[in-house]
Amino acid sequence: MTFLGAISQLLAITAALLLAPLLMGWVNQWRAWMQNRSAPSLLQPYRMLHKLFHKESVVAEHATPLFRVVPYIVFGAMTLACGIVPTLSTELPLAPAADAIALVGLFALARVFISLAAMDIGTSFGTLGARREMLIGFLAEPALLMVLFTASLISTSTSLTTIVETLAHRELAIYPSLAFAGVAFTMVSLAENARVPVDNPTTHLELTMIHEALILEYSGRHLALIEWAASLKLFAYSCIGLALFFPWGVAEAQSPLALLLALPVLVIKLAIGGIVLALLETINAKMRIFRVPEFLATAFLLAVIGMLVRILLGG
Amino acid sequence: MQGMFGQLINLFASVLLLLSFAMLAQRRVVTLIDLFMLQGATLVAATTVVGVVTHQPHLYLSAALTLLLKVALIPWLLHRVIRQLNVRWDVETLINIPTTLLLGIVLVIFAFNLALPISQLSSSVARGTLGIALAGVLLSFLMMITRSKAVSQVIGFLSMENCLFFAATSATYGMPLVVELGIALDVLVGILILGVFMFQLRERFDSLDIRHIEKLKED
Repeated sequence: MTFLGAISQLLAITAALLLAPLLMGWVNQWRAWMQNRSAPSLLQPYRMLHKLFHKESVVAEHATPLFRVVPYIVFGAMTLACGIVPTLSTELPLAPAADAIALVGLFALARVFISLAAMDIGTSFGTLGARREMLIGFLAEPALLMVLFTASLISTSTSLTTIVETLAHRELAIYPSLAFAGVAFTMVSLAENARVPVDNPTTHLELTMIHEALILEYSGRHLALIEWAASLKLFAYSCIGLALFFPWGVAEAQSPLALLLALPVLVIKLAIGGIVLALLETINAKMRIFRVPEFLATAFLLAVIGMLVRILLGG
Repeated sequence: MQGMFGQLINLFASVLLLLSFAMLAQRRVVTLIDLFMLQGATLVAATTVVGVVTHQPHLYLSAALTLLLKVALIPWLLHRVIRQLNVRWDVETLINIPTTLLLGIVLVIFAFNLALPISQLSSSVARGTLGIALAGVLLSFLMMITRSKAVSQVIGFLSMENCLFFAATSATYGMPLVVELGIALDVLVGILILGVFMFQLRERFDSLDIRHIEKLKED
């Protein structure tokens, strides 16, 4: 582990922790603008976190220790995920610890624990949310894996840093397989991050909520950690998408200058990605929950087609 | 330059495959016809590119024929038929759609494996796409099998013809012009006959569900 590697790793995690709520605020702001509403401030998520961290955390009487531990597990898993996705540099000391498959496992770990915590209290909403979350999760995960495998086929490695290095260095050509994978990835990330066609992040309506039902019992600093983890998840997914499909501008060489340049590039790419996400959320209507399997089956299908096209056409 | 054209053909082939799946997943008859039209347009583009690469003028002619027939005339006819029959409703599928899509993936893998040894024998610029064309044919078959309404079955038949056409273009730079003209005429006549068939079905059973035909045996 070089000194610069340690620096870039530290910088990547710090940037993720600080930028993730900002990305959330950015998406919310644009969504409000596109829907002709007056937008909340860009810094609203920070204020929310600040408020929640200073509030008392109320825990239900029958809660087991698991309930208290879960926010920290989820937050830790998401931070690690942000640490191993090459956001700023491909020189990441943590990256060999987990490849693309382990990354999906990391998301699954967080999902399992948050679902367990939701069922822990024994309210009907928590159980309902947990069931829906698992339904979406078990359909979204294979699709996400297939997307990552398509990229792995191109770079013949499942290590995320190698994938990004290979993709950034390829010559400019039409890759139908990556186009399919890109569309599939967008669909999966909408589902995984509880975004509009699958779940509405702003609703507390019991018929439709998924993510909100899971965290209904949390308050105070626990809720703050979970909200922060949710924004980190969005950040991690955006960065995976950018790393796979728009890998240009990620620093590779052992130079601090490239690292410095990578940060503004990342911010610009995330800003554009956020606007696209807000647009997608505005033009789509939320679908019925039993349509979600179909939506995710389509994502899986697109990812598999991408992989097959890659094998057959080599493109 | 050759490389870029090859990539373009691959891209169009992928779009064709995607459209086949989209048709398989589609619930509405109206959208199904639009997708069929798009498929025809993609086919025109692919045929033109192959024509440009291989300097075969008769491919332009067959592209023009496709444009006229499958992008303009047949969709227009189909739109007219469904307007007159008033069948813009949701398509009734025999198996649910996610299962159909998964079956489709299995078919695609089968077709790709089947086409691999054949395409190695071919020297065409678009030989890799033979598997996709074959997959398209099988997917259209699947669509004809899983749909119970006459209109979507007809569209499945037409889409199968599209994919066969693409297979011919990608494997051997197209069939002789006489054969192509013959097929085009066949398809047109087929559509007219099937149109009459649909109207008869409607008149006899007040529905377009072809399962009603089985009842004729009992009478």
